[in-house]
Amino acid sequence: MLKFIIRRLLQLIPVLLGVTIIVFSLMHLTPGNPAHIIAGENAPPETVAQIEKRLGLDEPIPVQFYHFVKDAVMLDFGNSWRTSLPVTTELWPRFWVTFELAVYSMIFSIVVGMAAGIISAVRQYSWADVTVMLVALFGLSMPNFWLGLMLMQWFSINLGWLPPTGWGSPEQIILPVITLGTSGAAVIARMTRSSMLDVISQDYIRTARAKGLKERVITYRHALKNALIPIVTVIGLQFGGLLAGAVLTESVFAINGMGKLIVDRILARDFPVVQAGILVIAVVFVFINLLVDISYKFLNKRIDMD
Amino acid sequence: MKEEIILDVRDLRTSFFDDEGFEIKAVDGVSFELPKGKTLGIVGESGSGKSITALSILRLIAKNGKIAGGEILFNNRDLTKLSEKDIRSIRGNDISMIFQEPMTSLNPVYTIGKQIYEALKIHQGMDKEQGKKRIIELLELVGIPSPEQRMKQYPHELSGGMRQRVMIAMALACNPKLLIADEPTTALDVTIQAQILELINSLQEELGMSVIMITHDLGVVAETCDYVAVMYGGQVVEYQEVKELFKNPKHPYTVGLLNSMPRHDVDVDELEPIKGNVPSIKNMPKGCRFAPRCPFATELCVTELPKLDRKEDGSEVRCWIYSDKWDGDPEVKVRNEERTS
Ligand SMILES: Nc1ncnc2c1ncn2[C@@H]1O[C@H](COP(=O)(O)OP(=O)(O)OP(=O)(O)O)[C@@H](O)[C@H]1O
Ligand SMILES: [Mg+2]
Repeated sequence: MLKFIIRRLLQLIPVLLGVTIIVFSLMHLTPGNPAHIIAGENAPPETVAQIEKRLGLDEPIPVQFYHFVKDAVMLDFGNSWRTSLPVTTELWPRFWVTFELAVYSMIFSIVVGMAAGIISAVRQYSWADVTVMLVALFGLSMPNFWLGLMLMQWFSINLGWLPPTGWGSPEQIILPVITLGTSGAAVIARMTRSSMLDVISQDYIRTARAKGLKERVITYRHALKNALIPIVTVIGLQFGGLLAGAVLTESVFAINGMGKLIVDRILARDFPVVQAGILVIAVVFVFINLLVDISYKFLNKRIDMD
Repeated sequence: MKEEIILDVRDLRTSFFDDEGFEIKAVDGVSFELPKGKTLGIVGESGSGKSITALSILRLIAKNGKIAGGEILFNNRDLTKLSEKDIRSIRGNDISMIFQEPMTSLNPVYTIGKQIYEALKIHQGMDKEQGKKRIIELLELVGIPSPEQRMKQYPHELSGGMRQRVMIAMALACNPKLLIADEPTTALDVTIQAQILELINSLQEELGMSVIMITHDLGVVAETCDYVAVMYGGQVVEYQEVKELFKNPKHPYTVGLLNSMPRHDVDVDELEPIKGNVPSIKNMPKGCRFAPRCPFATELCVTELPKLDRKEDGSEVRCWIYSDKWDGDPEVKVRNEERTS
């Protein structure tokens, strides 16, 4: 097991390197000299040269890349070109907001999705199953910013039950989490249903019944554990999509998270912040996939360790 | 003295309903008795309803199916009328079952020890310590070497024969009164087949169980069974003591089966397979189900379904030849008997 984890960690190095190269080239592929952007349009050439020197932009690209990687490993992304604050200072609080939003939404997706999927599978073709599958189809085909706006219209503006914007208090959390978590819940519900249906018709479920076990025990102990692998896969994939969805959700509910920060700073051409933000998201994504892989091993003893 | 009957199945009917609501009568008139401590063989071609009969006894048929009629008396209790809770307390406890597919009948994500322990816990309330002792005992009983290590293994670490032994150990866990073995050896190598059959036989004697042995192989019946029910198209067509059946088969289908069975006293080229095909389950003949393939079939056979009739000697046969209504050649019976004696 430990060997497996270590090997998977080593395999991450080229992936992360690739991501870093892409993020790094962002700045150099965008037209225009960054120093010009910082100095302003009509700045004299001396000022521009001075800024270039300060940022190390006058050095050869490979050397710049080396410095970028070295600093990034130490979690040093320099200062923002807009606010001159260290990028990490700007990023961290925003990162936590987004992280909270993503984690709560994920929990919502998993709990609601799996519960609905299990009910659907156990009562295949019942009205409960039909309802769940209809709602899931609806949840899946609805763009999440639109769902967010609808929820806000109903629960905040028409009914006045929940605050329309912000993040922090339990009331503020509900609408964004539903907005962001619904499509994930729908995907997970559908996968849970089909995976459970597949498992329920297996011979070993009949064996479990022949032993005299209760239906509940059969569903949760014998069926669910076998059905879990494809479910965990979609959960892992959902998390990636979630980070993208968070950007839109943050915009709709005016939440000061990382998504909003990145969008704002792209418009403002504040490259250090954008780079750091994207890099953080990529690293989180890669590690979540690793966690998914590791959980496979725990779930399924049949997969060889190598 | 009349023997005590542990299982008495009377006119069992089990149907499935397909997506269009069409009724599929998978079992449509199955009757047999099993005296206590004896072995009953159920033989028949693939699709004749053997497994569904067995699954009906434990009420394990798929969701789209149901027992449509008849009774299943186990120690004089009708299993078809029990509540879900009561039938659960019988499954794996009084009546156990071994399945046709040892490779897929064990849960891949739990150790075999844990899977056996489940039955011990729910039916006998054993704790982990007692359970472990009993599991080791059971694995030894079914001939699995080094049981202490084996019980910690997962199904994929075991061969097919070993898995079937585990299934048997699991079935025996709570000392069942009746063991249903549904083609326990078809999926296994020939050498392993003999071992497993021998194991079931010796365990039966040791533990005094009654056994239902489902098979499509008359050789297995000859070796292991006391009674036999022959199935065709979802129905029992003949029920006999084994010795009588081989000496004096009554139903033309049974005769056909015996003639197509390889024997040491007959050359292989003289074997006569039964002509024609098994009727489709969705398109069963109106009269006797075997009529389209039966060399003796008459107008009566084609139009009217014969009943399973009990003879004085306790045997039962579903064939017009043996009734007063028989409209064909009266000599036919004699020919049946001559061929095989
Ligand atoms: N869930 C189901 N839905 C519809 N039809 C079914 C279902 N299960 C079984 N059947 C039908 O019932 C019939 C009897 O099946 P059964 O499994 O009892 O045959 P069998 O005698 O055990 O054959 P084999 O020797 O191949 O095991 C078959 O024609 C099968 O197609
Ligand atoms: Mg079968």
